[in-house]
Amino acid sequence: MSTSTTGTPSTDKGGKDSPAKGASLADTDFAHDSTQASTLMESLRGYVARVRGGDMGSLPAILGLAVLMVVFGLASDQFFSLLNMANLVVQAGPICLLAMGLVFVLLLGQIDLSAGVAGGLSAAMTALAIADRGLPWFVAVLAGLLVGAVIGLLIGLLVANLGIPSFVVTLAFFLGLQGVILFAIGQGGSVGVEDPVLRGLTISNVPVPLGWAAAVVLVVAFAAGSFLRYRTQVANKLQHHPLSLVILRVVVVAVIVLGITGLLSINRSLNPFFPIAGIPYVLPLVVVLLLVCTFVLDRTTFGRHLYAVGGNAEAARRAGINVARMQVAAFIICSTLAAVSGIVQSSYTGGVSTAAGGGNTLLYAVGAAVIGGTSLFGGRGRALDAILGGTVIATIANGLGLLNQSAYINFLVTGIVLLVAAGVDAVSRRRRSASGL
Amino acid sequence: MSTAPLLQLRSVNKSFGNVRVLHDVDFSVYPGQVTALVGDNGAGKSTLVKVIAGIYGRDDGDYLFEGKPVEVTGPRDVAAMGVEVVYQDLALCDNLDIVQNMFLGRESRKGVVLDETSMESRARETLASLSVRTVKSVRQSVASLSGGQRQTVAIAKAVLWNSRIVLLDEPTAALGVAQTRQVLDLVRRLADRGLGVVLISHNMVDVFEVADRITALYLGRVAADVPTSELNHSQVVELITAGRSGSLGIAENPATATV
Repeated sequence: MSTSTTGTPSTDKGGKDSPAKGASLADTDFAHDSTQASTLMESLRGYVARVRGGDMGSLPAILGLAVLMVVFGLASDQFFSLLNMANLVVQAGPICLLAMGLVFVLLLGQIDLSAGVAGGLSAAMTALAIADRGLPWFVAVLAGLLVGAVIGLLIGLLVANLGIPSFVVTLAFFLGLQGVILFAIGQGGSVGVEDPVLRGLTISNVPVPLGWAAAVVLVVAFAAGSFLRYRTQVANKLQHHPLSLVILRVVVVAVIVLGITGLLSINRSLNPFFPIAGIPYVLPLVVVLLLVCTFVLDRTTFGRHLYAVGGNAEAARRAGINVARMQVAAFIICSTLAAVSGIVQSSYTGGVSTAAGGGNTLLYAVGAAVIGGTSLFGGRGRALDAILGGTVIATIANGLGLLNQSAYINFLVTGIVLLVAAGVDAVSRRRRSASGL
Repeated sequence: MSTAPLLQLRSVNKSFGNVRVLHDVDFSVYPGQVTALVGDNGAGKSTLVKVIAGIYGRDDGDYLFEGKPVEVTGPRDVAAMGVEVVYQDLALCDNLDIVQNMFLGRESRKGVVLDETSMESRARETLASLSVRTVKSVRQSVASLSGGQRQTVAIAKAVLWNSRIVLLDEPTAALGVAQTRQVLDLVRRLADRGLGVVLISHNMVDVFEVADRITALYLGRVAADVPTSELNHSQVVELITAGRSGSLGIAENPATATV
């Protein structure tokens, strides 16, 4: 798209070369905005200014994680053991997946209180399909996902077409679906998950060489993608981050990915005769879904329209976006990801009980999404937020479990965490509107 | 004037229930000219704009585009002809940046992927061609813009699609002095590019500064449709408040006429 008028951006401010057209690109401010943040220091300063202005992004999650790691590391000598770290990864899986689904709904400024139970029901259906009907695991999983999608469709239609607030619709589903689970499984019963593939999702590990290969491929692909994007942006004179920031980002991703792979590749077994090493299968699943969700949100028209509806539904409607259809789609995606989350959870616990997905499951996930930086008011959030926040929440659950606290502590802490996360969101939103960010 | 009107309404009537809002309204938009649409509250300005935009149907009367009668059944038909309306409340998404807002609902794509390269370049070119100097970066979020800058983005969004006519509803109503200046300059530049511009405004200073023609509405009737050069400030005020001024205006007082 770069025409001749876009040439000589910063050197020629006079615009002498364009007498006829009146104003060329060179004599407007747009001529020199292409490298707005020219150095790493400037980007850093920009970031600090944004945080001060209330746009905290994932900062609370990262700080929270650091604090929790120190606290639990001091309080329990098992916390930093390899076995517990691997356990933490597996525990975080379902929370992250559920939170990732919720991000889609939260982006629209809606809420889905039934997502946890929807996941539980989907897991129950999957487990029953295998245990009672003897269906192969992939058919059963497909059935489970379909149950999730249909629940999402119903919620979406009720919210978008009837105009019932999503809070009420999903609260009704939260109650109703628990009844359906009870009916399906039977009072006080439970269904076991014995399928080797499904059970293996959380209790088996990727062979160590394969894990390393996947990690390296991921890092190389991320680096290649980042640099390619940088080059395109520079070549087309688009706004871009400084090269140093791009490199820094690649290095951070490489350290995290390779670091986790390295830790999980060490033998963590307490029994010298049964070595346990490798990445639990659930981690690649979460990473793949994270990449897919990020792609959908950042790179597709659908994602752009989701943000638009969440930011200003009226503007989106006038721009020709079908707001009702976006709402239905968001609820379908949310419940389907909740189904994945429920199935992973059932794989971890080895069965589905009548209480599956109830209790604090959903509030953990909402807390995760919000701590990660997704706004409850709509229009702001990323799939990555769910992963960061999910890790924080899982760390709390894991650490409290290690410290053998009574149940009441768990409830108290969950409630406080949710309240703090929502409080941070509300305060940062106020500061954002005050500082115009 | 000498040129043929780009868009023309002829004896358009519009009623809501038994309230007649527009009486035999004739309205023309000329290419390269700013037509100011003035009138008191309730004179029918907004209704007329919505009829032009295709949001309201008309009871009778003709809708001509480039001299030919056209069938207008909804906003999409009007947008397809290249007629864009910038509403008073702007309808921008605060959480999106300028480029994203300008292309909202009409994103360019490569396959399934958004084509950010072409969108950012085109947004920058459009803003540059309007000589917009007030915005720091096209990747700024709209929330960080001032009222005048937001108005600029909304107008730039309207001209991005090679539109022929832009209707602006009170574009300076909420702006300060400097920002009003910027927006009026922009309105003038639009007309200089050959677009037909309709400016709805209560501010006579703005109207006299940029408008080539003034169409005054009084209680749903066109009181006058004359070049700005043939009017002065107090005549326009009389046309707005009383429907007539000297030899101009509605002969019979419509307030006492039988409807």
